[in-house]
Amino acid sequence: MADDSITIEVNGEPREARPGQMLIEVTDACGDYVPRFCYHEKLSVAANCRMCLVEVENAPKPLPACATPVSDGMKVFTRSEAAIAAQRATMEFLLINHPLDCPICDQGGECELQDLAMGYGRDVSRFTERKRSVADKNLGPLVSTDMTRCIHCTRCVRFGDEVAGIQELGTLGRGETMEIGTYIERAVQHELSGNIIDLCPVGALNNKPYRFSARAWEMEQRRTVSPHDGFGASLFAHVMGGKVKRVVPCRNEALNETWASDRDRFSYEGLGAPERATTPLRRRDGRLVPCSWQEALETAADLLRTAGASAAALVSPSATVEEGFLVARVFEHLGSANIDHRLRQRDFRDQEADPVMPSLPCDIRAVDSVDALLVVGSDLRSELPLLAHRVRTAALAGARVSFVEHRAYDYLFPVLARHNNVELQAELETLLEVARGGQGEPQHQATVDALRTAEDAQIWLGQIALRHPEYAALRRAAAALATETGSQLGYLAEGANAAGLALAGVLPHRAPGGGSRPVSGKALDELLRSPPETLLLLNVEPVHDCAEREAAQALLSQSRIIAVNPFVDESTAAHAEVVLPIATWAETAGTFVNLGGDQQSFQAIASVVGDSRPAWKVFRVLGNLLAVPDCDYADADAVLAAALSGMGEWARDTTFKVSGDLPPPPVASAARNLELGPYEIDSIVRRAPALQQVGRRAADEANKVA
Amino acid sequence: MKHFINLFRTFSLWELIRGLRVTLRSFFRRKVTLSYPEEKTPQSPRFRGLHALRRYPNGEERCIACKLCQAVCPAAAITIESDVADDGTRRTTRYDIDLFKCIYCGFCEEACPVDAIVETRVFEYHMEQRGENIMTKDKLLAVGDRFEQQIAADRAAEARYR
Repeated sequence: MADDSITIEVNGEPREARPGQMLIEVTDACGDYVPRFCYHEKLSVAANCRMCLVEVENAPKPLPACATPVSDGMKVFTRSEAAIAAQRATMEFLLINHPLDCPICDQGGECELQDLAMGYGRDVSRFTERKRSVADKNLGPLVSTDMTRCIHCTRCVRFGDEVAGIQELGTLGRGETMEIGTYIERAVQHELSGNIIDLCPVGALNNKPYRFSARAWEMEQRRTVSPHDGFGASLFAHVMGGKVKRVVPCRNEALNETWASDRDRFSYEGLGAPERATTPLRRRDGRLVPCSWQEALETAADLLRTAGASAAALVSPSATVEEGFLVARVFEHLGSANIDHRLRQRDFRDQEADPVMPSLPCDIRAVDSVDALLVVGSDLRSELPLLAHRVRTAALAGARVSFVEHRAYDYLFPVLARHNNVELQAELETLLEVARGGQGEPQHQATVDALRTAEDAQIWLGQIALRHPEYAALRRAAAALATETGSQLGYLAEGANAAGLALAGVLPHRAPGGGSRPVSGKALDELLRSPPETLLLLNVEPVHDCAEREAAQALLSQSRIIAVNPFVDESTAAHAEVVLPIATWAETAGTFVNLGGDQQSFQAIASVVGDSRPAWKVFRVLGNLLAVPDCDYADADAVLAAALSGMGEWARDTTFKVSGDLPPPPVASAARNLELGPYEIDSIVRRAPALQQVGRRAADEANKVA
Repeated sequence: MKHFINLFRTFSLWELIRGLRVTLRSFFRRKVTLSYPEEKTPQSPRFRGLHALRRYPNGEERCIACKLCQAVCPAAAITIESDVADDGTRRTTRYDIDLFKCIYCGFCEEACPVDAIVETRVFEYHMEQRGENIMTKDKLLAVGDRFEQQIAADRAAEARYR
């Protein structure tokens, strides 16, 4: 039908609808609220709570709005006597077995059942029989359970089935004895499983680390951006007394829809870790002793001034654009270009051919509609959990997704081909050969055909590829394959702001905006080979943040270290000359650019810890002490404005331009430490106890299997 | 003429006699003044004095850290911090009432779902140092332990009106 719009009548008002739409979608769109528990717009329709019963003209009984398709001329009454009576009756049945423990329930104050019981519940219960009670299940360190409160809406079950792709929870029994559980006791392990906390309309599934520590009405909701991966998920932090109490997703259809990964949700626990640096420290007689900011800053400035052009800096790939820009400015003034944020990269041979910023070739939202995808060297679910969810959406919609990986990872969607080979490069070469008309196995042919025939085909280089000692060769092969098959190249860089830092000029070979430097500085590999005299660390713990751990340890012991870190880990404490405690992302204003090229600014959500300061202020003062011209920024916005004007116009461009032959690798390093757990990636996550427990459990289980 | 009347009243001590009449009348009336502290006025079971936190007869704290009293307090005098206790229950780790802020309205008592926070009949208390105005959880529990019999009797007497 050309004109696929029909008109129905809701409470006497004519409303436009599309055929096949469910009634509740139409009533939601026009603002006529129908109470519901089991319906969720991102999940399939179950129609098992019966709360959304509405009266439809000529229907013998009230119909559930979530499962009734609209038809032309339908007359619906959501607040008629019959509808209200049906809803009240449903509510009475739901409350039969629901415990009256709202005062101790963490959902109290934000509970859908509580809200609707105010509207539809009776004030006195007519139920005199015994209430049901259900044993609590142990779902691991992230989700707490009070299963007696469960009203069997099955949102959590459907989430596992439809969104996560793995059915971690299911229903056992029927009727009165129905229970939600895991069949065999086990922790929920999917990287998005924390979302069942938000989905649960009552307090049956709740946030374990947050358990009993605050009430919904005490906290302030502040918007922020995920600081852990390049997806840049929109989040809300719930803050009480300047402390983050919990993190929940902020609805953003362009990025994370209504989901948050467990890493984003539970990492806030790391903010208050005991290793948090709360006061400036400097080394005196071989020991780190507290000192004043003035003294610490002057010491740092002296060290940098003495080192001059030989000074070097390592910047966390999750540092903000403002911080990166100021570090780059200070180092430019020193005459040094030895700054880098690519901490786990090993192979820098082809770095001149790097894109202006590492990114996907499309918007993050557009990943849903990719037709064919080849992911090279990536543990996608652990690197970018929410991007993996988008890829899953695309795969379920028919996209043909293949992987070139050194070991088989578990993907919860149909995969076209898995090219498992420890030699990633060899596998890519084979694909390339097949693309050029050579012979290969059927699965190689399938992947190449998929890429070639698809309208929107992409080849992504994952973080395992980025960490690979032969990254440059891998990329050349992938780029050649992309050219051969008409696909676009994408980079899944580490950190929340790899793209922003590349644009801000935190690279040894690039000026802000992506222009080349007159003289290239030393990249990380060179710094590791010949440690600089003075090394500044911005939120970097080299032993944990670099792929080459022994070399990083040597770097720490051979350079004079200025640690501008929010945490003081053991190895840094053992070697730092001076420690400048800075705010984490939660306590400073800043800007991230994600892998889709979206620039997202955020404000501080928590109050600073102890005597720490936002890093942009630290570098402003360092700049002043070193006489960097025009370094008197009043606020983070001013820094951002300066950074943006330096970056100029920038656009996503991931095309790879080959220039000359690839020189042999300077030092052959073994392909080790390629893999990285999802909860080892940055200093905050490493200090979040609940996530660490999950990480350990997963590792234990993997060992058991192996 | 007016001047003359005033002069007469002054010299006949008319005002004094009128005043003494009042005195004389009160002299034979029933006395209402109490000689505090030997004597005290009777108190209602609804009297709202010093706060207390109660326990169940088995010694378990009643308070479950629901924070409704904190939410309802019009003077923001109550500060509560809560956490999971060793036995897995929801408990306060801190329960402070600032007696300088408190207006003794009794809303906290009304809001409490478990009758944990109550206002006792105690009104004779003082403080000599800064900081003593904060009733901590320990102090509140001590008051509760000391006056539990009276508190329980008062709640029982009022039960039918609540």
